[in-house]
Amino acid sequence: MSTCRRLHVTVRTARGLFVSRRQTRLCGHLPSSQSLSTGTLLRNDFFKDLESQFSAMRKKASDALPGSSWSPLQINSNLPPERADIVIVGGGVVGWSIAYWLKQKERVRGGVKVLVVEKDLTYSQASTVLSAGGIRQQFSLPENIHLSLASADFMRNINEHLGVLNEDPVDLQFNHSGYLFLASEEVAHIMEENYSTQRNAGAKVSLLSPTQLKEKFPWMNTDGVVLASHGLENEGWFDPWTLLNAFRRKALSMGAIQCCGEVTDLKYRTSRILSADGDEMDLRRIGSVKVQMPNSLEYQPVECAIVVNAAGASSARLPEMLGIPLPVEPRKRYVYVVHCPDGPGLDTPFLVDYSGVYFRREGLGGNYIAGMSPEEGEEPDTSNLEVDHQFFEDKVWPRLASRVPAFEKLKVTSAWAGFYDYNTLDQNGIIGMHPLINNMYFATGFSGHGLQHSPAVGRAVAELILDGDFTTLNLSGLGFRRVLAQEPMLERNIV
Amino acid sequence: MSAPVMALRRCCQRSALLMVARRPWSSSSVSSPPLHTRFLLFLTQRFYDVEMLLSWRSQQRRNGIQRRNAYFGYTRGLYGADIASAYYILSLRGGFRYVGQSDWFRTDRRGKFNWDFLTHKDTPLEEVDMSYTVINYSGLGNLKGQKSLRTLSVRGCPEVDDWFLARLHVFQDSLEELDISHCPHITTGGLSALKNLKGLRRLDVSSLPRISSPGLVVILLEEMLPHCQIIATGYDHSLRQEGGEEIEEQGQRR
Ligand SMILES: Cc1cc2nc3c(=O)[nH]c(=O)nc-3n(C[C@H](O)[C@H](O)[C@H](O)COP(=O)(O)OP(=O)(O)OC[C@H]3O[C@@H](n4cnc5c(N)ncnc54)[C@H](O)[C@@H]3O)c2cc1C
Repeated sequence: MSTCRRLHVTVRTARGLFVSRRQTRLCGHLPSSQSLSTGTLLRNDFFKDLESQFSAMRKKASDALPGSSWSPLQINSNLPPERADIVIVGGGVVGWSIAYWLKQKERVRGGVKVLVVEKDLTYSQASTVLSAGGIRQQFSLPENIHLSLASADFMRNINEHLGVLNEDPVDLQFNHSGYLFLASEEVAHIMEENYSTQRNAGAKVSLLSPTQLKEKFPWMNTDGVVLASHGLENEGWFDPWTLLNAFRRKALSMGAIQCCGEVTDLKYRTSRILSADGDEMDLRRIGSVKVQMPNSLEYQPVECAIVVNAAGASSARLPEMLGIPLPVEPRKRYVYVVHCPDGPGLDTPFLVDYSGVYFRREGLGGNYIAGMSPEEGEEPDTSNLEVDHQFFEDKVWPRLASRVPAFEKLKVTSAWAGFYDYNTLDQNGIIGMHPLINNMYFATGFSGHGLQHSPAVGRAVAELILDGDFTTLNLSGLGFRRVLAQEPMLERNIV
Repeated sequence: MSAPVMALRRCCQRSALLMVARRPWSSSSVSSPPLHTRFLLFLTQRFYDVEMLLSWRSQQRRNGIQRRNAYFGYTRGLYGADIASAYYILSLRGGFRYVGQSDWFRTDRRGKFNWDFLTHKDTPLEEVDMSYTVINYSGLGNLKGQKSLRTLSVRGCPEVDDWFLARLHVFQDSLEELDISHCPHITTGGLSALKNLKGLRRLDVSSLPRISSPGLVVILLEEMLPHCQIIATGYDHSLRQEGGEEIEEQGQRR
């Protein structure tokens, strides 16, 4: 916009110069000019030409003059502001959720200046839009269950939170079909324990025996299943893109600033501190972040008080710049879209088999999406997002077809791959501040359940920043302590 | 610069940002509101005060609905769960019938009702008619304990949505008849949750405006609930339209 304005101004000044010239000329040779103007068209063209040349000259001259306000930097109007209170790195669903909650919790309008830096506004690689979109309460850690319950509550009232006056209401396209976990002999006891944890936390889950299972879902082959747990409420799947956009729309309407660029460097100060054991340690404090503009050499340092790391799968890069390791790395996961007209119908839950394979319905036209995590030693290369179709043939399909016989006759119609923000320590989110980085907050490492937890995680991080501690959900268990102590807090999963 | 001009400028900047945030293909099917609302909405684009006022008004409306659906804990403590449910229903202008009785308790048009229902302590409810009331998800909490509820009608309830349907699993063993017709917010995503109602015999899904391909949905519902009679009137089942919608759906899929 400002480029436009600037251009306009230069044209105007240039025109002003020329007009004044012409006026003097007119004064001098009035009769001849009259004859010219009534004369040939050619002459008119000549003057137009001259006019444009003059204006170009004038422009060049004014640009070259010392002290002119012109500078190449101004051309890019998308540059972030030079200062912000809080810079959120990563405009995925987690980043925008934090931005929304920060603006929501500020006391006065414009109280905190929140800048969200996202390097790719098309979100071509962001895991948010490449995920399967599921939400469940069937976890084993109370923290995760509570995060899901709080997020489901948020989604139920999403238009109270994220509705913008004068805009369409948010429609998440939530499918209330629930998750269905199947357990084999070996893992049935884990499922029972998880069930009681989930019930205690307030989740509505029910256990099914194989006969009940067969009765409820007649299309399923229950061989090998000794127990199943089915979510009755608050479980299902929704459109991740809608959630991301709703957060973004609301946060922008509340005054958060969006900027397209990549955070490539951090300026920080170090100070020596003594630990309780008498060891010397370096405490870092970030002063500014360097935001590199896309497809150009231009960059802008943004001074800030607090940096929030919500960069998803690549979030380990930021603390790396400070020399601090973060156990989060990208891991590629495939999602296959299959078509099977005779497959299970409207009642298809988000089914997770003990063999590791999962699938859910997609729309009403006999389409399903399916996938599974590869074994630890067979992680695919993460340099690109190419899909390995052999993986489906070898690993996924046989398991699918043995669970649902109708899937013998499926056809793969498309597939995509996305990056898990995989926490190599314990596959759970890392929420909070690193003890050795004074002003960087983390919200990353969710490894496959970040989308569903994003509303509650955003609130928790905003509480940490603005209130100094968790005020609604106590998530200190998901903090950095366990990472530093190397004490993984593992989900007790059946897969 | 004078204050209104400043406000205007801020608004312009903001609306530019909003344009960016809007989904490129969001073409919603919401019908346009009446003229005075549109005028107010127009004003909100210009002035923060109007915006504040409007959002305050909608907040008040929501609070009002929430208050009417609040948990009747006090009544429950004094009279027990059944009376609390009954009182909640009557206060929302609904109607109900106790187990083993033939006459209904209802609220009349002026909001008056017969207090005799208090005499039936510890009698569960068998039929509940909440049609055209403001019952919502949290209000359902007041009926949660009704283990012998057989019939429920929430016909034409503006606050009944998919989350409400998903919560109906609290009646999963008893509910036999359910009327959710004319509810403006119900979509296919919520209908799939009715799977949990094992004993359902009769389901009325007539005139749900947000179901996109009703013909297909009804077939899928019949498949999902084989022992249940599905009533679906008020849909235009012309083949041409349905075919068109299916193709559209295919196109949206990845
Ligand atoms: C195949 C698959 C299926 C999944 N299924 C589910 C599911 O069913 N349920 C569920 O809850 N979760 C699921 N997930 C996980 C979920 O998608 C992620 O946990 C979640 O989206 C993480 O959100 P995020 O905002 O942290 O990351 P992202 O969405 O990846 O956003 C991070 C953003 O940061 C930007 N960025 C990174 N570095 C920089 C930088 N230096 N400067 C500027 N910007 C930067 C990136 O461009 C990116 O847009 C799935 C994931 C995958 C891959």
